[in-house]
Amino acid sequence: MTDQVWQWEMHQRFPSETGAGRRVLNEVLDRLRADGWAEQEICGVHLALEEAIVNAIRHGNGSDPEKQVCVACCLAVDRLWLEVIDEGPGFNPQAVPDPRDPENLDIPSGRGLLLMRHFMSRVEYHDRGNRVTMEKQRGVGGCGCP
Amino acid sequence: MSVHRRLEVSEVGDVTVVRFVDRKILDEANIQELGQELFQLVEKEGRTRLLLNFATVDFLSSAALGKLITLDKKVKAKAGTLKLSNIRPEIYEVFMITNLNKLFDIKDDEADALAAF
Repeated sequence: MTDQVWQWEMHQRFPSETGAGRRVLNEVLDRLRADGWAEQEICGVHLALEEAIVNAIRHGNGSDPEKQVCVACCLAVDRLWLEVIDEGPGFNPQAVPDPRDPENLDIPSGRGLLLMRHFMSRVEYHDRGNRVTMEKQRGVGGCGCP
Repeated sequence: MSVHRRLEVSEVGDVTVVRFVDRKILDEANIQELGQELFQLVEKEGRTRLLLNFATVDFLSSAALGKLITLDKKVKAKAGTLKLSNIRPEIYEVFMITNLNKLFDIKDDEADALAAF
């Protein structure tokens, strides 16, 4: 993060079960709506954050309810910053096979990262790969969902 | 006949038409249930000519795409046919980003899809 002035910040920690993740996700989306972000952009953030949280719960923490997921969100007038951290061993995002490759097309998993990168302005993995930060620049891109 | 919570199932001739109860297919638990219901159509009910109508779907996560891919495999394993229809442009974008528009047979609407069986 830079020395950006944030209007709203949230830091939540929850066990690795999707119900708890949903409440955090909805809090972020509700805040974006309250601040008048376009529904199309909210849709893209929804999809990206959903993917990141599910990845942390399922792949990072192995759905172990003893392990925690941390989500941080910082919101400015024209920018959203998100961070999702799990307690897992991490991974190398560069080593994830491209799901668009014809050889991988019928593999059921591996598309979450692709969608995150498409709908967010920036996605970066840090440390051992168990921490992801995402940014969304307001007014740029979006998924077009109603 | 199985009870479906996530799907609305009907028949047009020998084609099973499936519509979705959830407008946003993203909740992990719901997606697991959705997957099971779809797979049961093929594996337990022996339905091998399937049309998935996405007219009511606003949102689709990668986990849901995964269930569709697995369903496609199960249908093909039984020499069946799976088609998708009524996919909104916003959702079709997700299929295009992931190149799944090349895996699935996607038609504009239900009538076109049924005619193509």
